Amino acid sequence: MSQHVLRGDEAVALGALDAGVTAAYAYPGTPSTGIVEALQARHAANGSAPGFWTANEKTAYEAALGVSFVGRRALVVMKHVGLNVAADPFMNSALVAPHGGLVLVVADDPGMHSSQNEQDSRVLADFARIVCLEPASQQEAYEMTREAFDVSERFRIPVMVRLVTRLAHTRSLVTTAPPRAANAIRKPDDTMGWTLLPANARRQWRALLERQPDLRAWAEASPWNHVDDGAPGATLAVVTTGIARNYFLENVGDLARRPLHLHIGAYPAPAELIAGIRSRVSRVLVLEDGYPFLERQLRGLGLRDHSVCGRETGDLPPDGELTPDLVRHALGLPVRPGVPTPDLHVPSRPPQLCGGCPHADSFQALRLALGEHADAVIASDIGCYSLAALPPYSAVDSCVCMGASIGMAKGAADAGHRPAVAIIGDSTFLHSGMTPLLDAAAANTSMTVVILDNQAVAMTGGQSTLVPSSRLEQIVLGLGVQPERLHVLDTHPTKHAANAAVLRDAIASDGLSVVIMVRECVETARRHLQERRHLPLVSEDVDG
Amino acid sequence: MADADGALSHDSHASAPMTCDIVLAGVGGQGVLSVSAVIASAALAHGLQVKQSEVHGMAQRGGAVSANLRLSDRAIASELVPRGCASLLLAMEPLESLRYFPFLSPTGTVVAATTPVENIPDYPPLESVLDAIRTAPHAVLVDATRLAREAGSMRAVNMVMVGAASNLLPLGADALEHEITRRFERKGAAIVEQNLRAFRAGRTAGRP
Ligand code: SF4
Repeated sequence: MSQHVLRGDEAVALGALDAGVTAAYAYPGTPSTGIVEALQARHAANGSAPGFWTANEKTAYEAALGVSFVGRRALVVMKHVGLNVAADPFMNSALVAPHGGLVLVVADDPGMHSSQNEQDSRVLADFARIVCLEPASQQEAYEMTREAFDVSERFRIPVMVRLVTRLAHTRSLVTTAPPRAANAIRKPDDTMGWTLLPANARRQWRALLERQPDLRAWAEASPWNHVDDGAPGATLAVVTTGIARNYFLENVGDLARRPLHLHIGAYPAPAELIAGIRSRVSRVLVLEDGYPFLERQLRGLGLRDHSVCGRETGDLPPDGELTPDLVRHALGLPVRPGVPTPDLHVPSRPPQLCGGCPHADSFQALRLALGEHADAVIASDIGCYSLAALPPYSAVDSCVCMGASIGMAKGAADAGHRPAVAIIGDSTFLHSGMTPLLDAAAANTSMTVVILDNQAVAMTGGQSTLVPSSRLEQIVLGLGVQPERLHVLDTHPTKHAANAAVLRDAIASDGLSVVIMVRECVETARRHLQERRHLPLVSEDVDG
Repeated sequence: MADADGALSHDSHASAPMTCDIVLAGVGGQGVLSVSAVIASAALAHGLQVKQSEVHGMAQRGGAVSANLRLSDRAIASELVPRGCASLLLAMEPLESLRYFPFLSPTGTVVAATTPVENIPDYPPLESVLDAIRTAPHAVLVDATRLAREAGSMRAVNMVMVGAASNLLPLGADALEHEITRRFERKGAAIVEQNLRAFRAGRTAGRP
């Protein structure tokens, strides 16, 4: 047993190591990135189980499936929107029969601190009919991750651990337990359980459905779900999930009468426990840092049933991150007075491209190139460069999901719009840009794809891309782009005019063109310089 | 809650809980998180419970950054500081402090560095920003840039601010100095000394 001060994501990493995980896979995505980074740091220091970056969340999930297939324990990590990318292997993995623990950790981002939506992964665990564990503290993140592997092997299902940004990015003291050894390699005796041909798939699906009562019984008895009786004669019951419990406990002392309290940390939702508390009170308040997932299950279709309240009844906002103050309000407690905000307009301060960012130069050249084409479609993508949607650049028109820039530019071109330009970073291109570029190359669509090659996964903290950017050209050519329509430019303030000329030409010509604009991210360049000089890195100096 | 030289009275457990809620604010790249980390580590070494919350993701510099740090002699529930509860609002940049006044307790103190980061077009006149900060019941303005320069390094601004805040923390100066020494040790004695000088200058300047 030892004690560590850990962020939630680090606690997950340690939980997986102590559970005897053999390998972990992920694509970087805030707020989940720290999990594999923590594994990599430990692997470098003492050779513990490795954490791998993969091309995207789907390939990460499939690699984890392979580890599980040979009987060993696998961790796969992603942010909530990454699970959309991995939805195919995820949904189907619920039908196979893992005998090496398969644990999926998904970090949701209520409030969209650094995401394009705030979808709640508990819905997807329910969709796949698997178990979900939702920690309320860093300690629970450690313990639940460990337990998730056991539950996975016991019920032969993948198990989801759902984090939220606030938990992943808060540090507190965690006590760890002695580690367990890794599983021996053991290929399954019967591979039919892994072969989802229709006849097998029907059998596996039925088997999964038949296991549901066992999963429910397990959740009913799980210590992660527990009732606190509250004051005698309480008429209000509060159901909390995940870290909402902390916000409830922060306020409960101020209530005249302590409500009945059910905390849920393990799903499927424990129906008996819920029925038990409902029968004892006239009103149930559901507190969830995410969608009104349990709230809707409790209310069913009785829309006017205000005996169950939460986000759908206006007691809490329908969207956004939960806070102790929102919970306080929902509990009917008065606002605590703070210091009045002074009478001065405080302008917002959005994040900006770093000084000297190569993207800024690429956008300058692009602006020059587009000149009179004020109505060009500039579809952009996920990365630092999405900030170019804001002033002073106002240079891009869209940012939807990983890789969407290329497909959207193709669609706009197919619909008859010229010019159509896609802006995508090197890492995003490798994640989800190659397949839409294949579409565009096959059709020789009249559009231009600009790959901003900053030689890093910059927005999530400067992880290395999977392949060195010198290989980008071969990839683009291999997908069928004509060699004379591929241009590689050094993006630099002294080269705006020349670069703009190449871009202008590419955009004006018929057919598909690709322009790769190369210069390293200033943040990673600074770090690499320090590493070359063997200077110690003070990572705490860097925040964002 | 704290005796004359700022050390925690360990025998006070049975009485009212000792909690110190801190909201930290600044601009990305200023080191808000490292300030939070120094205080958190010192508090942990001092035997306090700690919850240290930060939100980061966008690696770019220049946006508003905040962090929450809660110290207590007993279990801490919420990771976020509730409104009206912060005993300290510690801002590395003056304008940034103004965003979080509602979190500050009426008996709490805002400690703000006076050097602006003017990377937005509509930054208000600095004097009006400083005047706005002075409307708080307890405000301490610190010329951290000057004090850091005098201590020997502009990079020590953060330690000036830790020093300025230290008067309001349930920790002795020795606990913080110990942590600062630990943190900068590998960079050599001169850097340690610079940062300790910066800390002490901040501590003097921040005395209410
Ligand atoms: S982190 Fe790198 S790519 Fe992102 S804005 Fe800064 S310099 Fe540009």
